Amino acid sequence: MNSDKMLDAKGLACPLPVVRTKKSIDELKSGQVLEVHATDKGAKNDLSAWATRTGHELLNTAEENGVYKFWIKKA
Amino acid sequence: MTENKEKTTIVLFSGELDKAIAAFIIANGAAAYDHDVTIFFTFWGLNALRKDEQAAVKKGFLENMFAKMMPRGANRLGLSKMNFGGMGPKMIKHVMKKHNALSLPELIELAQEQGVKLVGCTMTMDLLGLQKEELLDGIEYAGVAAYLGDATDAKVNLFI
Repeated sequence: MNSDKMLDAKGLACPLPVVRTKKSIDELKSGQVLEVHATDKGAKNDLSAWATRTGHELLNTAEENGVYKFWIKKA
Repeated sequence: MTENKEKTTIVLFSGELDKAIAAFIIANGAAAYDHDVTIFFTFWGLNALRKDEQAAVKKGFLENMFAKMMPRGANRLGLSKMNFGGMGPKMIKHVMKKHNALSLPELIELAQEQGVKLVGCTMTMDLLGLQKEELLDGIEYAGVAAYLGDATDAKVNLFI
């Protein structure tokens, strides 16, 4: 999937993946897509909850070799 | 946008490392949700805000005793369980580093960076003999009414 920005949150522990995701989304324009890679096992539920509540759109998720990938479109 | 911001308030009453870490992780998470976040520090929770080094302030006998007996700052807090005379905190700090978790001082810094409002309860500061000069910079000072003012609008209110 295409993205406008990539955030590498691998190795970061809670609450940093969500904190960094928020910061990265803030730097994007509406409609742009942020790609996030994380290894924290809670990240899957954390980021989908975060995206839903903050009104951004979680376009897609994937998991590869223990890396969780997210594509979030800024509202 | 700032008008419609959700709010989260946390009262940190406890002065133990594990409880303070929990409070600051929730605060940082809520800030990532773009909430206006307030942590209100009262009683033993105030010790998490003390500066590492001793501040040159004048105190009475009792206040001095309190100052010596209470942990001076986020790095010196004990654990609520398995403290083992100070070995527990050393062990947990080691494990946290191993798992890339932020230390309490780092969590406090991140919270301040994210605009979390840290408020010291002035009444309990008087009781424990703590003065503004002994606490971290960038802290606000208030009482129960200011806390309730924030808490009334907040959907998340925690007492830790």
